[in-house]
Amino acid sequence: MVEKSDHPYALQMVNIEKYFGLVCALKNINLQVGRNEIVGLIGDNGAGKSTMVKILTGVHQPTRGELYVAGRKVDLKRYNVKTAHEYGIETVYQDKSLGEKQVLWRNFFIGRQITRRFGFIDVKKEKEIANEIMLNTIGFRGKGITVDSKVNKLSGGERQGVAIGRAMHFEAELIVLDEPTVALSLKEVRKVLNFVHKIKEAGKACIYISHNLQDVYEISDRFVVLDRGEIVASIEKKDTSLQDLDDFLLTYAHGLKDKRES
Amino acid sequence: MNRTRSIIKILGKIEGLPVATVLVVLIIAFMITAPDVFLKWRIYMSFLQTVAPPLILGLGLTFVITAGEIDLSFPATVAFAGYVFTWSFKNFGESMDPSLAAAGGLVLALLAGGMVGYINGVIVAKLNVPSIMVTLAAQFFWYGVTVLLAGGLQAALTTIENNHIHSLFVGRIYGVIPDPARGRIGIPVQALWALALTVFLWFILNRHKFGEAVMFIGDNPNVARVMGINVEATRIQLFTLMGVISAFAGVILTLEMRVFYPTQGQGMLLPVMAAVFIGGTSIAGGVGIIVGTFFGSYIIGSLEAGVVATGISGFWVQLVQGLVMGGSIILNTLLIEGRLNVLGQRFRQWGMPVGTGYTPEGQIPPQSGD
Ligand SMILES: Nc1ncnc2c1ncn2[C@@H]1O[C@H](COP(=O)(O)OP(=O)(O)OP(=O)(O)O)[C@@H](O)[C@H]1O
Ligand SMILES: [Mg+2]
Repeated sequence: MVEKSDHPYALQMVNIEKYFGLVCALKNINLQVGRNEIVGLIGDNGAGKSTMVKILTGVHQPTRGELYVAGRKVDLKRYNVKTAHEYGIETVYQDKSLGEKQVLWRNFFIGRQITRRFGFIDVKKEKEIANEIMLNTIGFRGKGITVDSKVNKLSGGERQGVAIGRAMHFEAELIVLDEPTVALSLKEVRKVLNFVHKIKEAGKACIYISHNLQDVYEISDRFVVLDRGEIVASIEKKDTSLQDLDDFLLTYAHGLKDKRES
Repeated sequence: MNRTRSIIKILGKIEGLPVATVLVVLIIAFMITAPDVFLKWRIYMSFLQTVAPPLILGLGLTFVITAGEIDLSFPATVAFAGYVFTWSFKNFGESMDPSLAAAGGLVLALLAGGMVGYINGVIVAKLNVPSIMVTLAAQFFWYGVTVLLAGGLQAALTTIENNHIHSLFVGRIYGVIPDPARGRIGIPVQALWALALTVFLWFILNRHKFGEAVMFIGDNPNVARVMGINVEATRIQLFTLMGVISAFAGVILTLEMRVFYPTQGQGMLLPVMAAVFIGGTSIAGGVGIIVGTFFGSYIIGSLEAGVVATGISGFWVQLVQGLVMGGSIILNTLLIEGRLNVLGQRFRQWGMPVGTGYTPEGQIPPQSGD
């Protein structure tokens, strides 16, 4: 585990740039996330939101730029999902967070198993802790879901609950949620939003990506707008209403802004 | 009814139970139809000997299929490793203790198999070529290499019989099985190796980090990647493991036959795959059932001998094999997905006269006031 610090920012991205071959997916990204700030990241399809998430969670390496976690510069050459976990950065994806056919207890510890000698998994301990997380952090009680249930038996909201609960258990300082509510019913979306509120209450930071502006507006402290690989706006919640934010985005989505400027 | 349901549920959770049941039923059927053969020890000792190599291959293939991959090149690896073993034994044997020469041959054969698998793995993992294509090409290539090196000829290992390596891997344990005839029936040691490997690989798949990585990759490689599993490295290790296991099977085969054939292993591809599928491992990946592969291999191994022994024409063998395979696979799929209840309901529903309260969906209509 990396030492905790009192640095004001959970995360800073400085001049981050990402090319896929010749395609520029991100350019000149400068972003700070406060230690207990919920940032809503919005932007059109293909704007580069997921790419940004994958860079700060260690899945992709940026072509250029610097990354600071809690004020410490990250060695991007050696940065991967494991080191991101050690830095306290956890991610919840729409559909890529859990192994569908695997039992819950395996899903809690995949990638950082509790092992005995020679890499054999301590199943008893993993199940105990998984059970603890399910009861206390996620609040699954008396629903017939146990640590031995397979993920494909869970509802969409329950799955995201498991993923978020896992992130909170591992003491994430920053939890990134990339479209966690796609294809969920309203009731299930509500559950996910409640989990995000819990992140705020726990004093942690969060980046929340969604195409549903209403959800983003409800939970975020600040909105960052990404357009074709660039950050084009950063708006505090107190400075805008849902309506204004919506109007602002519409002008971008329809390219009206470009026309007006030219 | 609820009790039968929960019993079915619990039974479904015991790994490999459906296949084990199929095997027991099959053996009982053969005992009834061919008592002369199946009420004697000899046939079972023969199964233990012949099933060992395909079982060992099936265990490796179970890992590969669990990871959502396939390996079509293991028959060639069996041949190639057999060749490497034979060549080493003959050449080292000129200047060395024969047992040492055989041990050296075994090590080199395992290394050769590991190399074949490693190359497959690198091409699959690094170049992202689907494994079915890579290993198909590898099957042709390494079989070709073996035929070339061997000059297309078989080679007898006449002096291997009194070798320590021979006794260690394919010897017989006498005195355990009652032996009324003077035939000296012993337990083939390779069956014990195969059993030990089954237990060991069960633990690797179900209790080790590597096995968990294999399951998650087969389930969804993207999930595995974002959860911090090194997908490329695991895939390379997986194919390397398969290569080493195939080589081991190849050496066992050569030792038992005391002859190396360039064509050894050819013809094993489909039966081994069938054994894995009968065992309940799904081609979809993510789930691997080692115990199932164990019993599945014995089912495949006993079918041919059994059908022939019953006295019906040999032309029936494949048909019966197909039936048993199909039946086991359907049974497994339903049990594993917990759909047996649905099937039971359907049967009951079909047997019901019209208008007895079962709706066409096979469900009891909701109670009034619900
Ligand atoms: N692995 C990759 N290889 C090549 N191009 C990629 C890759 N990943 C993303 N891109 C490209 O980068 C751009 C940004 O994609 P990204 O997935 O980050 O968008 P997004 O904002 O998350 O969109 P959405 O809202 O649809 O999820 C797209 O043009 C996409 O095609
Ligand atoms: Mg995206």
